[in-house]
Amino acid sequence: MSSSAIAIRDLGKRYTIGVGRSSGLMRDSLAAWLRAPLRRRRRDSSHGSGREFWALRNVTLDVARGDIIGIVGPNGAGKSTLLKILSRITPPTEGVIDIHGRVSSLLEVGTGFHPELTGRENVFLNGAILGMTRQEIRTKFDAIVAFAELERFIDTPVRHYSSGMFVRLAFSVAAHLDPEILIVDEVLSVGDLQFRHRCLGHMQGLRDEGRTVLFVSHDLTAIRQLCTRAAMLHGGRVVDEGTPDDVTRRYEVESRDPTAATGGSATRLQPLPDFHLERVELRNAAGVAAAAFDAGDVMEIHLWSSARAPANSYTVEFHLYNEDDRVISYGAANPVRSTYYNAEDRHYVCRLGPLPLTEGAYFFSFAIGVWNDHRWDRWDRAVSFRIERCDPFKTGHGITNAHDGDLVIPQDWRTAGS
Amino acid sequence: MRLSELWEYRELLFFFVWRDIKVRYKQTVLGAAWAVLQPLAATFVFTIFFGKLAGLSAHTNGPYSLHVFAALIPWTFFANAVTQSANSLVGSSHLISKVYFPRLLVPVAPVVAGLVDFAVAFVALLLLMPVFGVTPGWRLIAVPALLGGTIVASTGVGILFSAVTVTYRDFRFVMSFLMQLWLFASPVAYALNTTIPATWQMAYAVNPMVGMIAGFNAALLGEAFPLRLIAVSLASAVALLVIGVNYFVRVERRFADVI
Repeated sequence: MSSSAIAIRDLGKRYTIGVGRSSGLMRDSLAAWLRAPLRRRRRDSSHGSGREFWALRNVTLDVARGDIIGIVGPNGAGKSTLLKILSRITPPTEGVIDIHGRVSSLLEVGTGFHPELTGRENVFLNGAILGMTRQEIRTKFDAIVAFAELERFIDTPVRHYSSGMFVRLAFSVAAHLDPEILIVDEVLSVGDLQFRHRCLGHMQGLRDEGRTVLFVSHDLTAIRQLCTRAAMLHGGRVVDEGTPDDVTRRYEVESRDPTAATGGSATRLQPLPDFHLERVELRNAAGVAAAAFDAGDVMEIHLWSSARAPANSYTVEFHLYNEDDRVISYGAANPVRSTYYNAEDRHYVCRLGPLPLTEGAYFFSFAIGVWNDHRWDRWDRAVSFRIERCDPFKTGHGITNAHDGDLVIPQDWRTAGS
Repeated sequence: MRLSELWEYRELLFFFVWRDIKVRYKQTVLGAAWAVLQPLAATFVFTIFFGKLAGLSAHTNGPYSLHVFAALIPWTFFANAVTQSANSLVGSSHLISKVYFPRLLVPVAPVVAGLVDFAVAFVALLLLMPVFGVTPGWRLIAVPALLGGTIVASTGVGILFSAVTVTYRDFRFVMSFLMQLWLFASPVAYALNTTIPATWQMAYAVNPMVGMIAGFNAALLGEAFPLRLIAVSLASAVALLVIGVNYFVRVERRFADVI
């Protein structure tokens, strides 16, 4: 028996969009058929005019037995397509997949739940849809209901459930699947904190039992906690593969458009006001755009706004975040410093440093407005950078934020009294 | 297509059928009564318009209303099964894009679930017959076989239409019109023998519902079975099933991408 649970070779999935694809209307197909003689003459010229795009291309990946592999990547990277192919929902255009073991795939919780049916009935229906036998569901029924803590409501139609109850029951059914290989999409991101906690606990249980799990998530913390390996998809290809720490860090840096971000690439107010922050660039001490710095470096933040400001005496602020999305620092033209910008100013520069940061990824959010009055624009997670090396005292030992916090404070060590 | 796989998933088919029945009977206030009211109301309308006003009742042996009701029971089963089956895939698009299972189960389930309505209506018919002074005879034993033929026809057409509905989203508009035509191409409102010339009857029986409805009428009203008609219709039903399954299997791989 092969040691790999899932072997993917040169997998590709092509979709055709736009012209050339059948419209899906009989009316159009009939009309096309009636015009067939004309069409045939033109076929050469129109062939391939339907825009083809490869949602996945040349994907090769091995998942060993007992691996918990996390897949990260921006929206549209092909993660869902990969899951759908592995779950046999859609066939690949090219390539081969070998799967050894009983697979359960969980692309969402509660698939097939019917609101008119009771909790009890839905447990059976959903269990069957996920691949359990009637006997299996009957055996596990009490455990499922107990896990969901819904004993009192199990004979109530699901349409009377709160969304929390619904998710609990749905997840509880899924948690009682008994697969050798589990394929999971984002399901951990639904539900309240307690539920999330329960899901994580369950996944950890699977890991301890030596199950193979392929897990797609935007929750990088969860991937770091749970996975034994990770891969990053981008543009339908595997661009990175390795330890969860390395891959998620690289993803964090790359997904935040390292040197120059323009409006719309990150979380912005919708719709953008006329006066807004348009562009940001991080530069090193030499004035060159950069995404990587060392601890102790000085950084220049350059920001540009879109138009003449609506008022004078305004400020630009930043919040600095660590990888766990926590604010670790704040800065502002005012009130931290006493710099007041005028309406005609459109290019703002902040000289920042020396940076007291440990190795890892960090990102900035910006705001522009009149302090303590109102903000015209906010730009969350506008730009990120990495601290590549943190060895401020040149001892050869790097300090990383994975274990030792985000900040390194200047320090001197000696013995006292001698 | 892998039959062994269908067999593996037989329990899921059971659950789909069970869900369809539960939901249908929970959602309608009238529940089982609806299964009787639908053909009964149609019988009433047919009796007034076709029987009395158009004078078709002169051409049937025995009570016209009973003839229509007996014909409407297999027809209602067929029409409901085909319509629900045809819409089933699009209605389950959510399931199809999230979970794998043999897609063929989806259009088959509504046909099986329709048997409950059929049973209810059939019992009502048996209870109604003495009212018209007709006693069911030994020919009733043919009913399971005729029902079998009707199931084959419904499944075949349902599977075919369900796949076409996914490929062409406007097909369902065509379909409701098609089912109306199909009703009048079947011996429901009129008697077969007195209306269709003998030379055309074999061609007419290519419509699988012709043989089945004629057979039902014979079984219930105690007439001789039109065996050759039934044979042609049965062959046609089997052919439709083969065509339907073949077309379905050819296009099913694309369902998740286009649904």
